[in-house]
Amino acid sequence: MLLNLPFITVVIIMALGLYAMLFKRNLIKIVIGLSLIESGVNLFLVSLGYRNGGIAPIYTNAPSTNMVLPTPQALTLTSIVIGVATTAMLLSFCMVIYRHYGTLDSRKVRRLRE
Amino acid sequence: MSWDYFLNHSPALIIVIPLLAAFATPLIGRFSRKAMYIWITASLALTEIFSIILLYGVHTEGTMVYVMGANPYNLSVPPDSGGIPVRIILTVDSFGAFMAFTASTVALAGGIYSIASEHSQTGQEKYYALLLLMLVGMLGMVLTGDLFNFFVFLEINSLASAALVSYRIDKGVAVEAAFKYAIISSIGALAFLFGVGILYGEYDALNMAMIAQRMKFTDLDKIVMALFTVTLAMKAGAIPMHYWVPDGYGKAPGGISAMLVTASQASLYGVFRVSFTVFGLSANTLTLGWFLIILGVLSMFVGVTMALIQHDIKRLMAYHAISQTGYMLLGVGVGLATLGTAAFNQYGLAAMEGGIFHIINHAMYKGLLFLTAGAVIYRVGTSDLNKMGGLAHGMKYTTIFFMIGALSIAGIPPFNGFASKLLIYESVYQFNPLLSIIAMIVSILTLASFVKVFHSAFMGPKIYDVKEVPKSMLIGMCILTFFIILFGLFPNIAMTYLVAPAAKALANPLGYIARVLGGGA
Repeated sequence: MLLNLPFITVVIIMALGLYAMLFKRNLIKIVIGLSLIESGVNLFLVSLGYRNGGIAPIYTNAPSTNMVLPTPQALTLTSIVIGVATTAMLLSFCMVIYRHYGTLDSRKVRRLRE
Repeated sequence: MSWDYFLNHSPALIIVIPLLAAFATPLIGRFSRKAMYIWITASLALTEIFSIILLYGVHTEGTMVYVMGANPYNLSVPPDSGGIPVRIILTVDSFGAFMAFTASTVALAGGIYSIASEHSQTGQEKYYALLLLMLVGMLGMVLTGDLFNFFVFLEINSLASAALVSYRIDKGVAVEAAFKYAIISSIGALAFLFGVGILYGEYDALNMAMIAQRMKFTDLDKIVMALFTVTLAMKAGAIPMHYWVPDGYGKAPGGISAMLVTASQASLYGVFRVSFTVFGLSANTLTLGWFLIILGVLSMFVGVTMALIQHDIKRLMAYHAISQTGYMLLGVGVGLATLGTAAFNQYGLAAMEGGIFHIINHAMYKGLLFLTAGAVIYRVGTSDLNKMGGLAHGMKYTTIFFMIGALSIAGIPPFNGFASKLLIYESVYQFNPLLSIIAMIVSILTLASFVKVFHSAFMGPKIYDVKEVPKSMLIGMCILTFFIILFGLFPNIAMTYLVAPAAKALANPLGYIARVLGGGA
């Protein structure tokens, strides 16, 4: 029962993120929603590799072979780095948009349609 | 340091060269503008040469396997790993090499074109660094055999593309378009990563061949399949996930619009690779094939009808890009729907060849059209067709290039669009006549739309006193025109050396798996 808790958290975080992206009008809140989804995916990856009572996967002098999986952790690290780059870029877009439009309301930021 | 050395290591070198060149560009740009231009052109040309070496390699050796950091370089399953492929494995089959050739050709043309078209802009070092990174992303996506690696290159490609779409940062709309594009592609990439996570949890592998071999096709796998195909189709700009395309293509600088076409096609490659190689053995390919066909027909029809009402030259071309993507989805979708049945050899393979041939043709002529649109905007300063007119008086070469591109996209012989469209019509007609007829109607509408553009931009009395665009822009257009005419006049060359092996490699997931899991040598 307790083992499923991380996965339930993943679903909740991702649902929150999706909600923010779909229903929030502020561009920065949309970026926050994206970050939330990303955290959800990262948590999902890490919990995939978790084993109850597992130790760090270092073989030298290991007391037991019940280890957590190393690959998902490597994936998560990569994904976090990419996420930082994406978030930084999106936030700087928000900055430039604010400078040009004077607002971050997605209903008003739509000069493309005209 | 012999020929064999380069041949064996070409899958890694083709990614490494633009990657290193990208990070050296700002450094060189600091010393001299001119040196930077030479550097960019040289590294893009070198990438192009390596893509040809790759083509040669897969032609002579079949699918090439390159294992990062292994000794020897092709030791995909080390003897002590228990039959599991470890390390990142690049798997280059004919289809991958074909896509790499397409991407690097368009990047070469776009890079040379940009030297003149972005001449007066600031921040050029960053522009070229990002341009090279975008190419790295595309090449990585089409050459890798590892799902997580695919995600990483997908993100490199989307980050670089989004930053380049916003390059004209003094105009707010460019940033708005880039924001949209970045959000869409990040969401897509995260959904893809989620799918990769599920597959890893189930099969303990990230390698496509390994996953395909272990695939049991449970309900969870169906969710993964939906995640992969939908998100990658979204990045490829298929209707109904297309809304970022006209904005992104329309607001990017000319050379980048041309490269965005191949970036979308790299995602399209992902759709095909996943549905054939990873799920092709176990999934119901008829359903998946029809899914692609429906996406294709929708994209074709809605794309072209939306294009008819546009009056912004680049938005119009972007809608045509959506519509042309439909042809590829239709052709390859018919191949997927008939995979493994008797009909596959009758017409399914021909349809796939048509769809794949259309990928390279589309990259060339749509790239050329975007470059001409960029040239027009460069001289006139507006992208509104209603304000243009009489440009043929001053811009003779651009007019000729535009005509070649427009006739090619409409499928008029002797240009390359005709060759692939004819293949698609013929083979799809045997599958389902209605689809073929829709494809032909779309082609006619495309012609109508481009006649309109030609008439309102280039014909009529002289309004603007414009000169021809600078040489480097013409050279960029010339490169793409060369391939359009070559593939149009001699489609047999492209068919035998590029397209037919690519279609055969894509339709043969077992061969792909055997090559990767077969270990070294």
